Amino acid sequence: MKPFAYHQPDRIPDAAKLLTSIEDSKLVAGGMTLIPTLKQRLASPPALIDLSKLGNLKGITDGGATITIGAMTPHAVVAASKLVQGKIPGLAALASMIGDPAVRIRGTIGGSVANNDPAADYPAGVLGLGATVVTSTREIAADGFFRGLFETALEPGEIITAIRFPVPLKAGYAKFKAPASRYALVGVFVAKFADGVRVAVTGAGSGVFRVPPMEDALSRSFDPSAIAAIKIDTEGLTSDIHAEADYRAHLVTVMAKRAVDAALS
Amino acid sequence: MGNVIGIGASPKRKEDQRFLTGRGNYVSDIKRPGMTAGVFVRSPHGHAILRGIDKSAALASPGVIAVLTGEDAAADKLGSLPCGWGISDAKGVPMKEPPFPMLAQGKVRFVGDMVAFVVAETPAQASAAAELLTVDYEVLPSVVGVLEAVRPGAPQLFDDVPNNLCCDWELGDKAAVETAFRKAAHVAKLSLVNNRLIGNPMEPRAAIAEYEPGTDRFTLWTTSQFPHVVRFLMGALVLNIPQHKLRVVAPDVGGGFGVKQFHYGEEAVITWAAKRVMRPIKWVASRSEGYVSDRHGRDHVTEAELALDETGKFLAFRVNTLANMGGYLSTFGPNIPTNLYGPLLGGVYTTPAIYCNVKVVFTNTVPVDAYRGAGRPEATFVLERIVDVAASEMGIDRVEIRRRNMIPKEAYPYQTPVLVQYDSGDPMGCLDGALVAADVKNFGIRKAESARRGKFRGLGYSTYVEACGLAPSRFAGRLGARGGLYESATVRVHPTGQVTVMIGTHNHGQGHETTFAQIVSEKLGVAFDNVDIVFGDTDRVQFGMGTYGSRSLVVGGAALSKATDKVVAKGKKIAAHLLEAAEMDIQFEAGKFSVAGTDRMKTFEEIAGAAYVPHDYPLEVLEPGLEEQAYYDPVNFTYPGGCHIAEVEVDPETGTVTLVNYTAVDDVGTVINPMIVEGQLHGGIVQGVGQALYENAVYDEGSGQLLSGSLMDYCMPRADHMPMMNISTHSTLCTHTPMGVKGCGEVGTIGSPAAVINAVVDALSHLGVTHVDMPATPNRIWRLLQNASLPVAAE
Repeated sequence: MKPFAYHQPDRIPDAAKLLTSIEDSKLVAGGMTLIPTLKQRLASPPALIDLSKLGNLKGITDGGATITIGAMTPHAVVAASKLVQGKIPGLAALASMIGDPAVRIRGTIGGSVANNDPAADYPAGVLGLGATVVTSTREIAADGFFRGLFETALEPGEIITAIRFPVPLKAGYAKFKAPASRYALVGVFVAKFADGVRVAVTGAGSGVFRVPPMEDALSRSFDPSAIAAIKIDTEGLTSDIHAEADYRAHLVTVMAKRAVDAALS
Repeated sequence: MGNVIGIGASPKRKEDQRFLTGRGNYVSDIKRPGMTAGVFVRSPHGHAILRGIDKSAALASPGVIAVLTGEDAAADKLGSLPCGWGISDAKGVPMKEPPFPMLAQGKVRFVGDMVAFVVAETPAQASAAAELLTVDYEVLPSVVGVLEAVRPGAPQLFDDVPNNLCCDWELGDKAAVETAFRKAAHVAKLSLVNNRLIGNPMEPRAAIAEYEPGTDRFTLWTTSQFPHVVRFLMGALVLNIPQHKLRVVAPDVGGGFGVKQFHYGEEAVITWAAKRVMRPIKWVASRSEGYVSDRHGRDHVTEAELALDETGKFLAFRVNTLANMGGYLSTFGPNIPTNLYGPLLGGVYTTPAIYCNVKVVFTNTVPVDAYRGAGRPEATFVLERIVDVAASEMGIDRVEIRRRNMIPKEAYPYQTPVLVQYDSGDPMGCLDGALVAADVKNFGIRKAESARRGKFRGLGYSTYVEACGLAPSRFAGRLGARGGLYESATVRVHPTGQVTVMIGTHNHGQGHETTFAQIVSEKLGVAFDNVDIVFGDTDRVQFGMGTYGSRSLVVGGAALSKATDKVVAKGKKIAAHLLEAAEMDIQFEAGKFSVAGTDRMKTFEEIAGAAYVPHDYPLEVLEPGLEEQAYYDPVNFTYPGGCHIAEVEVDPETGTVTLVNYTAVDDVGTVINPMIVEGQLHGGIVQGVGQALYENAVYDEGSGQLLSGSLMDYCMPRADHMPMMNISTHSTLCTHTPMGVKGCGEVGTIGSPAAVINAVVDALSHLGVTHVDMPATPNRIWRLLQNASLPVAAE
């Protein structure tokens, strides 16, 4: 680890100001990606801005037709939340599958969404549910938020404060874990709303994406059989030592079916 | 204080008190006054000419004390890292043995090859300076696979090693095998890859070196399985330090699995550097550094053929293997795929003719050496796989074909056609026991239940034997060993009757402090709590070859047993004097020396006291004191073995293999501590399952980059991968070790890969699948099913 300055502001405007005034500074939420990167000396930000002392960023609130989760809420809290389990069980299940217990206790929803790792779980939940990313300056719809490999719509100095999820009729998540890392080799989130179905895929490509043919088919019939024959184009999908693109494409269909099963159960 | 706890009991492990309370003493826990920090600069290229190193920026970096390179080592006339085995080809031509400089000279030959050593006041300063070192590389193409390395036109690692071929080794009667093949009713053929593995002990490697100018003595603390061997190899052959001026300490070590049984360049560099900077230096490897510098294991490509008569009797076995050595010869490197491989190809069968050819090949990869099992898992995998292939092709049941060829219990001792003679064993007994324990007769019901859930269930057998208790020195010497393979133990009885044992094996997870204390407690009748085992320090322990090859109990325990016999023998002389009886009338039992047929007796403590306060003592004929030492060189290997049965379930939709049941019935000879044996089997089996289903070291051909260089990409087996294991023993006694022991450290790793893969193939056999290479990952299984172009619905 290389030396860096450490700031722990207690107001969001102060954090935003530090972030814009110190070039290449980094926010620390749970630190589950950032700290290992620093330890391996792969990144050397001049300053870290720790978000843990900011007020009102932790916790889950019931908005009736929505659930809002503070950006600094750890995965374990989401997984164990009776509110989330009751209204969006698929999202609670997703949170329970992230990493291992240590990661779930430290890692936060805001950190995961801001980092937009192509194999992270939360982006599938956020995009699949059509959630709204609430930041220090504005609200961003999930469809416009994720911009591919570690890229998001966040502007310099902009800090995620919460994610607001609409409560679906049904939702489910199915994850095929990469054997070593246990990130999603392929993860599929499926959500059924009164006006249609959303399907979001993580792990398979350079960033989370939706699958319109599956959404159409499931909107007509919310059953695994409706999508069993839908094949995913391998174009743009990842090939690595764990899985070639055609296997990932195949798994998208399998995991989508299982996500529907989970939503129905 | 306390009771006798002897052979066959399962006391809790003595060492766990300190481990579980955070009071272990590992190398990285040790701090020395004035200690500095060292960091190695390693090659980022698989193959490159080293055109020059500019140290100036690194030397000018804050806190830097020294920057050392291969040129400095050459100027100090330091030796090459030695190979402990010299093998030869069929014509007696010795293997090619290019120098292995501790810091690269002229060329780098794998990603991780050491280029420089930076010493600074703190680890952060050393790391920062290391990044400032300018190394001028002329990058060359790398060759990483054995098939590619021997092809014409392949990149050549050494100018004087044509075709990268270290040695073209063979064993067995080639002509007899060819004759048998001509008469065969059926020939089964199998091509397979034995995947490359990375050991990943929990504790990364680390070292501290210190030079004392007052006494001209060096001390090296190192994460080693064999400190005395490091003292010899490094002191005598690399750094020219006299043995009496070099102390090597291997304190608590967090797992070895072979990774820590070699003399590493890091040890030599840090010891040499400590004198140059006149300060103690500590180096602790990161996990990432371990991936590119810990010696790797396995990595074979094999073609095997089994000749059978019409009844399924094995007539002859022929095996051609290419074995990867990596960029240089490591301490045991060339011994593993040859002497520890070919002689195991007989297995538990009566195959009369066997021939094995192994081409030992250099590549631009981390040097390959022993990893738990070392050669024997590779041999077992080839044999147990081809037996299943033959059974399937001939339409003979897999258990039945094994029975038809098994060595019957009455036939022991059994001479194989590949050097080794098994002293004892009962493979049929282990098989019968395992069939019952695994509830094989109801497998069909379980398979049908799986099919109802859309899953394919399979059952796999591995009936195996291994050679361990390394090793009879004379035999090993004929095969090319350059050192002895005996063990030593000293039993020091204190004046108050407590006992300290100094033993040359090394305890790094095996529970020696417990099992060896049980042996002493049993043999001397002293309380278990009154026995301490000392190991891992060349200044405290007389000598030793260390721990590897399932040798500690077999060879070290034998030395310990002999030394306790000597204590009893001397105690009888003392007792005879004190009790005014003839020595031959003295009996020793349960810690008491008594005159046969009388109630006159002396306790063990009284005899110990008399030996150290020799007022009433036969000083004219007997020395005072009660301390005895024994060296033991085994007359043969020991041959543990058994039957493992794996049961898997395959999800055809995703290709995921789940191990659902695992049964092992093993013959490990006398069991000293059943709990520890069970633990060794658990750990060994998990490592074998890791090879079969999860672990794979993958290099990029051409660049030589390690693509599986972290725990994110190299899949270690985890607790949730395993079912509860059903472990039991069916022991026959070894006829030549003092206590009848055979060793158990590696059996699990040797028996299990074939059992698991045989189960996977069985699960998929109805789809025409005849072989699956390891690891049987979901991606690989799915692709196999795709290529089979068969419906994936369960039957």
